[in-house]
Amino acid sequence: MKVGVVIFPGSNCDEDMVHVMSNVMGFDVERLWHKSADLKGVDLVVLPGGFSYGDYLRSGAISGLSPIMDQVREHAKKGGLVLGICNGFQVLTESRLLPGALLHNDNQRFICKNTFLKPASTTYSISSALDADEVLRIPVAHAEGRYFIDAKGLEDLQANDQILFRYSDENGDVNADTNLNGSIDNIAGICNKAGNVIGMMPHPERAAEQVLGNTDGLKILQAMLSSVTVK
Amino acid sequence: MQYLAKINVMTHSEILDPQGKAVKLGLQNLGVKGVNDVRIGKRIEMTLEADSEEAAKEAIDTACKKLLANVVMENYEFTIEQMPS
Repeated sequence: MKVGVVIFPGSNCDEDMVHVMSNVMGFDVERLWHKSADLKGVDLVVLPGGFSYGDYLRSGAISGLSPIMDQVREHAKKGGLVLGICNGFQVLTESRLLPGALLHNDNQRFICKNTFLKPASTTYSISSALDADEVLRIPVAHAEGRYFIDAKGLEDLQANDQILFRYSDENGDVNADTNLNGSIDNIAGICNKAGNVIGMMPHPERAAEQVLGNTDGLKILQAMLSSVTVK
Repeated sequence: MQYLAKINVMTHSEILDPQGKAVKLGLQNLGVKGVNDVRIGKRIEMTLEADSEEAAKEAIDTACKKLLANVVMENYEFTIEQMPS
């Protein structure tokens, strides 16, 4: 299993992800500069968090046009696994690899805190390999995390079971009070129809070690990888 | 020929614009009366070379659709004028 972490100018969670994937999970990790057109044979491509291109125009908009994204698109088309965290999720929606868009939080604040996630999908690995009744505590850190999709798109996501995580309280209740950024249907993470392209605003890589007091994020990363067969 | 495009990008009207909402509050605090709604968008000015106005419009439309606006959440409109050579 080889993992590639893409680095855009302004990415700032790339080294956290490299650390977790290599030192905690034991994978071979390649750092992939965004101008490169070579994925170096990785099985999983991670688009990390940060402020790529300074969030200019819209978060993730300019990064979506970086040379490496053509390769990421090809990789995804062939069924290869792609994971976008935070800014990476924004890049995936801007590149249309995932449906919908991420807007400014409804309270206009940068939200940096622990939140609770309720696994929502029983179809797709990242979510179904988790205990549906176990609520996960994962940090978020974003200003543009309000997930939006039109009514038809939301219907499709729901009908296809593509909603992976919803913002909840510690008991797993999902309601307006637990919707910290105003996302439609409390959506914190989704996948594409094939299940191989995954995007989420919360940061599992920041909660992956006992020394940091929380390993719920490691559970998410392990669940996601549990379905991957190494080519 | 050189053209100047003036492009306006606005979030769809049904999507909450928290920035506009905050500015509306500011206007009320300022004492500006009668303000019902404020929405904030982007204005982009771009000069470009093109063989004709049609070609310029086509290029601007592509730029808007593919990058300058995200049509999932935004509308765009533009005007175009030929610049003196």
